[in-house]
Amino acid sequence: MKYLDEYRDEKIAHALAQEIRERVTHPWVLMEICGGQTHTIMRYGIDELLPREVELVHGPGCPVCVTPLETIDKALELAALPDLTLVSYGDMLRVPGSSSDLFHAKANGSDVRVVYSPLEALKIARANPDRKVVFLAIGFETTAPANAMAVWQARREGLNNFSVLASHVLVPPAMRLLLGSPDNRVQGFIAPGHVCTVMGYRQYEEMVNEFRVPIVVGGFEPVDLLEAILMLVRQLEEGRAAMENQYVRSVTREGNLPAQQIVETVFEACDQKWRGIGTIPQSGLRIRPEFAAHDAEKTFGMSEMKVEEPTECISAQVLKGLKKPPDCPAFANGCTPESPLGAPMVSAEGACAAYYRYRRHKVLQERACNG
Amino acid sequence: MANQAPSLTSLSCPVPLSAVDRVLLGHGSGGRLSADLLQRFFLPAFENPALSRLDDQAIVIVNGECLAFTTDSFVVKPLFFSGGDIGSLAVHGTVNDLAMGGARPLYLSAAFILEEGLPFETLRRVVESFRSAAAAAQVEVVTGDTKVVEKGCCDGMFINTSGIGSVKPGLHLSADLARPGDRILLSGPIGEHGIAILAVREGLEFENPVRSDSAPLHSLVAEMLKASEGIRCMRDPTRGGLSSSLNEIAARSAVGMTLDERRIPICEEVRGACEMLGLDPLYVANEGKLVAIVEPGAAEPLLDAMRSHPLGRQAQIIGTVTSEDPGLVVMRTTLGTMRVVDMLAGDQLPRIC
Amino acid sequence: MCLAIPGKILDISKKDGVRAGRVEFGGIVNQVCLDFAPEAEVGDYVMVHVGFAISRVDREEAERTYQILEAMGLLEGELQPSVQESPETLQ
Repeated sequence: MKYLDEYRDEKIAHALAQEIRERVTHPWVLMEICGGQTHTIMRYGIDELLPREVELVHGPGCPVCVTPLETIDKALELAALPDLTLVSYGDMLRVPGSSSDLFHAKANGSDVRVVYSPLEALKIARANPDRKVVFLAIGFETTAPANAMAVWQARREGLNNFSVLASHVLVPPAMRLLLGSPDNRVQGFIAPGHVCTVMGYRQYEEMVNEFRVPIVVGGFEPVDLLEAILMLVRQLEEGRAAMENQYVRSVTREGNLPAQQIVETVFEACDQKWRGIGTIPQSGLRIRPEFAAHDAEKTFGMSEMKVEEPTECISAQVLKGLKKPPDCPAFANGCTPESPLGAPMVSAEGACAAYYRYRRHKVLQERACNG
Repeated sequence: MANQAPSLTSLSCPVPLSAVDRVLLGHGSGGRLSADLLQRFFLPAFENPALSRLDDQAIVIVNGECLAFTTDSFVVKPLFFSGGDIGSLAVHGTVNDLAMGGARPLYLSAAFILEEGLPFETLRRVVESFRSAAAAAQVEVVTGDTKVVEKGCCDGMFINTSGIGSVKPGLHLSADLARPGDRILLSGPIGEHGIAILAVREGLEFENPVRSDSAPLHSLVAEMLKASEGIRCMRDPTRGGLSSSLNEIAARSAVGMTLDERRIPICEEVRGACEMLGLDPLYVANEGKLVAIVEPGAAEPLLDAMRSHPLGRQAQIIGTVTSEDPGLVVMRTTLGTMRVVDMLAGDQLPRIC
Repeated sequence: MCLAIPGKILDISKKDGVRAGRVEFGGIVNQVCLDFAPEAEVGDYVMVHVGFAISRVDREEAERTYQILEAMGLLEGELQPSVQESPETLQ
């Protein structure tokens, strides 16, 4: 597959790894923001190719992991209504709410359906005019345009049975929180390539200037990530802090203007709670009042839910890159993808799940060695 | 929580999953949840030596004759898909379960559970497909049953089959016989059936539909048995994909396995679909493929035998059984690094991330 | 986390008031909304996320940067004649 396979080339990957090894004279801590990038790193064992001096920590780049409990609970409340079809992206189905999840809801007879695209959710609404259809629209900036389009189309067509339960998160505010934190260990960032495809990288340039930290926009294939890591290592070794773009085949400085426009039209920024972290100001998107007819929060009068999140899971620290999944005593020892204790283990993109699925044997070996 | 300033040091944690006290869809997926259900309810109730081997079929001795006996239920939705339907699937699935034990399939039973309101034309098509598949596989349907349930209680139709086959005396294949050094053989490209079904079910309008690979494997197995006595165990990797079958064998035999990703055949369309949906083909169902664990010396002769058969043209040696990390299946990736091929928990879902 | 993969546009039409195209991903063809890639034409590659094209693959940039990578890879290949093969899986 063109523009995919070439970026999985073994020789190029090894050449990049070799170059990194030759450049490194000092330990560096790097973070990849995106869950999809974490997935690639784990699935291809990229960290195995890197010299020990380069430590990769995983950021909060998984919208599934950080979707607030309240949102799941609201979705469950809606799914329980008899004449309602709840439509969702696949990854959300197993995320635990306060006392249940959408998989359980389906088992209990709720009409919960999985779609690949918001356009399918619209199709379901058109095909079932006598049912209310609610689309659980989550995601980062990458998915916001598609979700916005669903709302836009619904209004254009007068699809009155269709509404959206939206929960979006924005990357830059979370990164700023990390960068501004006194216990931040991260010295260089791989910015999320598809978020930047939509948004461009001006917001990240601002952070480079403000915090004097190198940021490189990276793609999602092994060669992309290794190249981005090399670019960061070069900067760090040379004492530079600049904005660079590795993912030139998809990302420009300005980003995708039509996509940004529709997000701007349908959504507005708001304070947003990130599961495991807390509320980050202006880090989310909500549907604008003009589109209230298709905002499930409004059309179903969903009350302001407040949910207490219990303690004793280190999810929060994993999401912030302060700890790695294997640092958690519960990892693979009570907390597994089938019975997750925390969000990063539930989502296929979560760091814990990625570690578990692809690297468990390393962890078990290390544990055995350490006694 | 909403009023607190976000802090990077305060701990907070999502709630643990509530204890599972009812059946979930994931329990049918062929992965870890399915295994749990077996362990919790069925094995303790029906404990006996034939059952506890947990192979795809049971080998029983009746009046000195070695027979293979299997049962299977088919609840596929949609009923019709590219490359087959519930009728042909039912025949192939049962024949294959028998064949995996080295048995020659002889007789089938067919019990139909029909939904009130099912059009006669649909029933006719399925029955004809069943008949045709059985004839091609040279098995006779000797007994059956019909029930009708109310509208909404089954997706059009469910079929349960049982099958009986005869096993050559002395032939013993089982999942607990894999040994370090054994080779792992795969008969052809993976993921076709699962993608074919998913495409129809999720309304993914692939213009050139992926065809299910549903096919009876007993003649391929017969060729393999003729070529060598070195087969330890065979599985047809259906629900849960190649990964589940290999993990099951690794667990039962208490061995490790190392696969080579470069050797695992997959066709372009299945790969494209998996890339698009974020699915891992190792977990996608097959209905016309087998995986065989064989003695090291038997690998080449068996590979040749498989490749001479229409259903084994793209057969490959995909890995080796090891003594490291018993129960763990690992794979050399295309980059030369190692990853774990874990047992799937429940159903694999398309992802957006 | 944004799974987007590259696909080639086979043709373009207007469907339900939306600019859409048939896009091919390694043998699979699927309908994709092209409203966010107005400059993309038949024959172009686009990055597709949840059924929407979010960018047109910049062929020139891709080619230019890939040549550098390829040269690295070839050089590496020359210096290390064989990447470790697992012997038992060689045919």
